Formats: sequence, C-alpha cells, structure tokens
Amino acid sequence: MIESVLRPFSTLGVRFLALLEELGRAATLFAAAFRSLRNAGVWFPNLLPEMARIGVASVPIALFIATFTGIVMSLQASYTLTGAIPVYFVGTLVGKTMILELGPVLTALTLAGRVGANISAELGTMRVTEQVDALETLAYDPLAYLVVPRILAAVLMFPIVVLLAMTIGIASGWVTALQLLDMSSPEFVKGLRLFFDPWDVWFAVIKSVSFGAIVTGVGCYCGLRTEGGAEGVGRSATRTVVVASMLILCLDAFWAAVLL
Amino acid sequence: MGIHLREVRKSFGPRDVLRGFTLRVTDGETAAIVGPSGSGKSVLLKHVVGLLTPDSGSVTVDGAAVPELKGRALVRLRRRIGYVFQFAALFDSMTVAENVGMGLRRMPGWDRRRIRARTEDCLALVELAGMGDRYPAQLSGGQRKRAGLARAIAPSPRYLLYDEPTTGLDPVTTAVIDRLILRMRDELGVTGLVVTHDMTSAFRVADRITMLHEGKARFTGTPAEVRAAADPVLRGFVEGNPDLYFGAGRARSEDRAER
Repeated sequence: MIESVLRPFSTLGVRFLALLEELGRAATLFAAAFRSLRNAGVWFPNLLPEMARIGVASVPIALFIATFTGIVMSLQASYTLTGAIPVYFVGTLVGKTMILELGPVLTALTLAGRVGANISAELGTMRVTEQVDALETLAYDPLAYLVVPRILAAVLMFPIVVLLAMTIGIASGWVTALQLLDMSSPEFVKGLRLFFDPWDVWFAVIKSVSFGAIVTGVGCYCGLRTEGGAEGVGRSATRTVVVASMLILCLDAFWAAVLL
Repeated sequence: MGIHLREVRKSFGPRDVLRGFTLRVTDGETAAIVGPSGSGKSVLLKHVVGLLTPDSGSVTVDGAAVPELKGRALVRLRRRIGYVFQFAALFDSMTVAENVGMGLRRMPGWDRRRIRARTEDCLALVELAGMGDRYPAQLSGGQRKRAGLARAIAPSPRYLLYDEPTTGLDPVTTAVIDRLILRMRDELGVTGLVVTHDMTSAFRVADRITMLHEGKARFTGTPAEVRAAADPVLRGFVEGNPDLYFGAGRARSEDRAER
C-alpha cells in the first residue's frame, strides 16, 4: 500500500537524479571543449567549412521562412489594426516583431531541425562506427576536431543568418503592404521608424549567438552520447531537436527578462 | 618494454566484463587473444590505447602506465600504437588517401608532399595502390580493412592492435589479411596484439595465443600448445563444439554452486 503511494515520488526522484547526471555530463563535456580551444591547430582548419555548412547552407531555408512570416505579419497586422489604429502601425508591428522575436526565434527553431539534427546524426554515426575512437587513436582531440569548430561556426554564423532573415522578413512585409494593403512606402517606413531602437538589433544578435551555441552544443552532446546502431542515431537526432527547441524558448524568455 | 596488462578489471554497470585479466606481450611477437563474441576482447584492446580505463589493475606500454597518461604524454603513446578497428572505422567523408594521411597531419615535420609519399607507400604495402582517391563507401569489406591497416601503420607505430581483423571476410580475403599481419611483424618489426574469434586466423598469425574466458586469461600457449591442450573450454572453442564448451562452463558453475 505505502509502496504504491510512494512509487510516483520515487520515479520522480529517479528522473530528477538522471536529469542532474545528464546536466553534469553536459557541463563536463562543454568545459572540456572550452579547454580544447587551445588546440587551434586542430579546430581552425575545420572552422571555415563548418561556417559554410552551418551558416551559408542555412540561408535559403531561413529566408524562405522569413519571407512568408513577413507576408503573414503584414496581413495580420492590417487585419488587427483595421479602424481605430492608423494603418502605418503595420510597419511598426512587422519591424518590431521581426527584429525582437520572430527573426531570431523562428530562424533558430528551423536551424535546430536543420543544423542540430544534422550534427547529432553525423557525430552519432561517427560514435557508433568507432570513427570518434579512431580519431583518438590517431592522437586527435575529438572535442577540438568535432565540437569546437561546429560551436564556433554557429556562434559566428547564426547572427548573420538571423540578420538576413530579419531584413528579408521586413522587406516581404513591406512589399505585401504595398501590393495587398494599399499602403504607400512612406506610410510603411513611417511605422517602421516609429519605435525603432538600434538596441533591438543588438538584442537579436545576442539572442542568436546564444541560440547558435545551444543548437550546436546540444547536437554535439547528443551525437557523442549516441549508443546502439541506426536506431540510436535516430533517437539522438530527435532528442537534439526537442531539447534544443525547448532551450531556445527558455533562453528567449530569459533574454527578454534580462535585456529588455 | 612491451605491453603488460595485470589483473585488469572492468565493469559496465552490473556487468563484469574483465575480472582480473593478465597478459604480457613482448617486443617483436604477435600475440592473439581468442574468445567468443561479447567476451570483452575489444574492451581489453581499448585499455591498451587509453580509450578505456580499468576499474582496477594496471595497463603499461613500454613501462608507462596508460591510465595515468594525459595530454602530450598520451599523444606520444598513441603515436607508438596503431589500431585496426573491427569495421575499419574509416572517416567516410574523406578519401582513402586522406584517411591514411590523417595520423601524419598532426606530426611535426610532415608536409603535404611527404604525407602523400608515405600514404602511397602504405597503400602499396596493403595492396591498395591506386585506390587513394576512392571513398570508403566505394570499397569492399576486405579493402576497407586493408585501408584501415594502412592508416594504422602510416605513422610507423611500434605496436599494432588488431580488433577482429578478419571478421566477416571470405577465406581468401582472410588469408590476405593474415599475410599482411605477418608482414607487419616480419618486415616492419611491429609488435602485434590481435583479438579474434577466428581460430584459423589466430593459428596462422600468432606466436602466442591467450584464451579470454569469463573475464580472465584461461590459457596461454603457443599455437602447438593450444592444439594439444586438454582444457575442455579451450578445446570446445577451438573445435567449435558447443557441448564441450558450454558443458565445461556449466560443470564449473555447478561446482561453484555446490561449494
């Protein structure tokens, strides 16, 4: 009787301990990766290819999403503001939301799927096929070779991709306002400039740097912890997308509370 | 000098894989560790190169305690040891030549031209000349194993560890790999440690054979001594006789239970 009452607490306790253990392992891995920064000879040659793979190759999907987000934002703003509020506030709403929230967060969530899952599957396959062990036997530091260039590349490239996405999102909102809402360019620009604060752009850049670190960090951690065969690799990729997406949203709230 | 494992114990969770394994591999010889799949042979090999650390016991290579080595000392040790993985573990995003040259890129004094020359020599040695531009996915199982061997010998190691070098290969390709292992010993003077469950291969390449059973070295001897051994577990394994192999194991378990 008592046992059945206590069982849920016991399960909760076991899960909490497992979570703590996981956090400890992740912290150890990232501390070791930080120490591996000194092996610049190992990570530096991989940095540019990773920047191209993580950043440049992500531009089309990020811009595609930003374009349609801008269009929807413009149409919905116009729908919401009908009547009481001047129509140029469409520009304000599109600009503010694209810069402060949708540009960084939607791009990061998309890249959690594209980049995070890719890294996790790649490193997971390397782990289960002993390629990570092979790197070690060839006297390479696997963290310097595999983890450091990926995290650095994401930290450098995410803000650029996000800035591009924000620009395209605002531009598509602008074009939508001109073509479908019968607004003029001066009206849209007036709204856009109304509450514009350059700090907002810095806020977006700071957020996207942290999102880049989270997406690639989680991808590397889950990938290197992969066990089993193809099933394990699939599990790691799924886990990466779920965990990275949750952490992105938590961080988003954190930055809003701390920086705004 | 040589490789020395003494009373090595290793557990993964509740599973005791090694329960006090002892082995000495002297310079210039090729030793084989035989045992069924899942008996801990690969785990043992990973201890020698520092990929795993023992729960207790000691692992020394050239007198240096492997589990205590860190940083540059560990790098220096790993450059003296080549590791041939069971499924080759070639980096699939790189060509065969890039794989073979990988260990040399981090070594001081090795420029591109020298690496290319050494890579070609190693590929020729394992009879893969002209295949440097291929990707691992374009190679057969035997070719992949040979490419893995070329990668392991490229930095001119003193020791070569072979993890199931002939698993999954046809008899002819197995004989080719065995011949290469013997060439490594005879022509390059490399000390070898082979783990395998292929007894034909073990008899062909090994100067000494050790049987790993229930986490311990059950028998060590020359191939002739192994063939003549009366131990039922060893005979059961060598002859591929499950009744003899498991029967002996069961009898011993019952003895223990009675005691």
